[in-house]
Amino acid sequence: MRRERLSVVANEQIGPYTLLRVRRGGIEPGLPGQFFMLEAPGRLLPRPMSLCLALVGELAFLIDPIGPGTQALCALEAGEQLHVLGPLGNGFDLDVERPLLVGGGIGIAPLPYLWERLGRPPAVLGFRSERHAEAAALVPSAQVCVEPTLVTELIPAGFDVLACGPEPMLEAVRAVAPAAQLAWEAPMACGYGACYGCAVEIDGVLMRLCVEGPVLRAA
Amino acid sequence: MLLNASGCLDALVAPDVARGLDAFVTKTVTPLPRDGNAPVRIAEMDVGMLNSIGLANPGIDRFLTRMLPRLEQLGVPLWASVGGFETDDYADLCSRLDDYASVSAIELNVSCPNVETPAESTAQIVVAARLATRKPLWAKLSPAVPDIGEVAKAAQAAGADGLSLVNTIRGLKLDPRTLRPALGPGHGGLSGPALKPVALAAVATCYRATGMPIVGMGGIRTGLDALEFIAAGACHVAIGTTLFADPDAPARVRIELHAAARERGWTTYEDAYAEAHREALSVRTT
Repeated sequence: MRRERLSVVANEQIGPYTLLRVRRGGIEPGLPGQFFMLEAPGRLLPRPMSLCLALVGELAFLIDPIGPGTQALCALEAGEQLHVLGPLGNGFDLDVERPLLVGGGIGIAPLPYLWERLGRPPAVLGFRSERHAEAAALVPSAQVCVEPTLVTELIPAGFDVLACGPEPMLEAVRAVAPAAQLAWEAPMACGYGACYGCAVEIDGVLMRLCVEGPVLRAA
Repeated sequence: MLLNASGCLDALVAPDVARGLDAFVTKTVTPLPRDGNAPVRIAEMDVGMLNSIGLANPGIDRFLTRMLPRLEQLGVPLWASVGGFETDDYADLCSRLDDYASVSAIELNVSCPNVETPAESTAQIVVAARLATRKPLWAKLSPAVPDIGEVAKAAQAAGADGLSLVNTIRGLKLDPRTLRPALGPGHGGLSGPALKPVALAAVATCYRATGMPIVGMGGIRTGLDALEFIAAGACHVAIGTTLFADPDAPARVRIELHAAARERGWTTYEDAYAEAHREALSVRTT
């Protein structure tokens, strides 16, 4: 893990989300599904964000401005700087035979990078509205659905599922694809195992998602 | 010395961060393993951070057999933080640790806001611990008491070698949408910038009451923050919540601390020790 102060290249609006592009500096993009702690200007704690795109010389993060930290990140302008720590945690296992990407809402954030690294496999993405679904443009070949259709209705049999989305979606994916790799989310103060804040129950034991995950096997 | 606040760093996961400290303070170890509290465990507020981890730890047996041997490999002096639910727990924990030369000091956590507090007083716990170990004992106190100076004096009389000041204080955050508690267990321990004036006052009060060695902590983000704790009467300082946002904080705060002392005309930061009290004295005598 490495922490550097990086410059903002641009903040681009995609539907209700913002794609924050920063210069890469000396920070490696890591594996898809790994995450970074982004300094949120004016806030005490950084925010965990998975890498959305590894552009040439850049790192890009898809952010949903739902609270004071994410809103501060989305308000950054080109040339401003922020501390970035990472890559952190365990990403997706890329050694899969028939990958299918499954994403829901802001949970599609790590999928564009994963899609590129896996050679542009099939993907199914679900959103709550047409406006949110504009973010599907980040995974150009994806099949897209909008509520009330649920993304789990689009998962064909026989694929190695790699998924990220809200907890109910991941639970539904787990039910139809027991061998899936699932990227979970939890509030984190540090992202590197120090705060014990991101505890989730794994096999009946509370474990730190930042150390054991965020990508976990469904079974 | 520069330390971490207990529970704010896992040296086995982040050994390089721990090596930036003069001593590593373990997460509080209890007699039996504890999973800790149910999520959600942390919440950021405008003035600081709430946590309700609930002393998650592997228990003393697994700590001694699995963690301590690995911590010893770090090459950093180790302070063991211990916590219990009755006086005998502290005595047993100190007795178990007493055999391990690699543990250079024991911090008695008698003040976690996220578990039920022991029925017995701080003094009783320190007396029991004192009988169980020859190691230096640091009593970690809560500032949420009517007179922390009296608690400090009782700890001193009971045989404590120093004080760790302060633990977090109980706070509550409500979800603005639902108006329900943001944390799973309801309340949590407040740390960060909001705690700094509370902690500084506790350090100053306990310094005046006892003159004991003090590890000061609570909202330290910069070297100047640390220097203020030294001036209030702490001889050591610890970084807590700031480590979450900045794992490079040990090196940064150390550099800033020396610079802040030099900017004020001191050769080292130790020269600023208890400066706040010297100034108060000169005001009184003029």
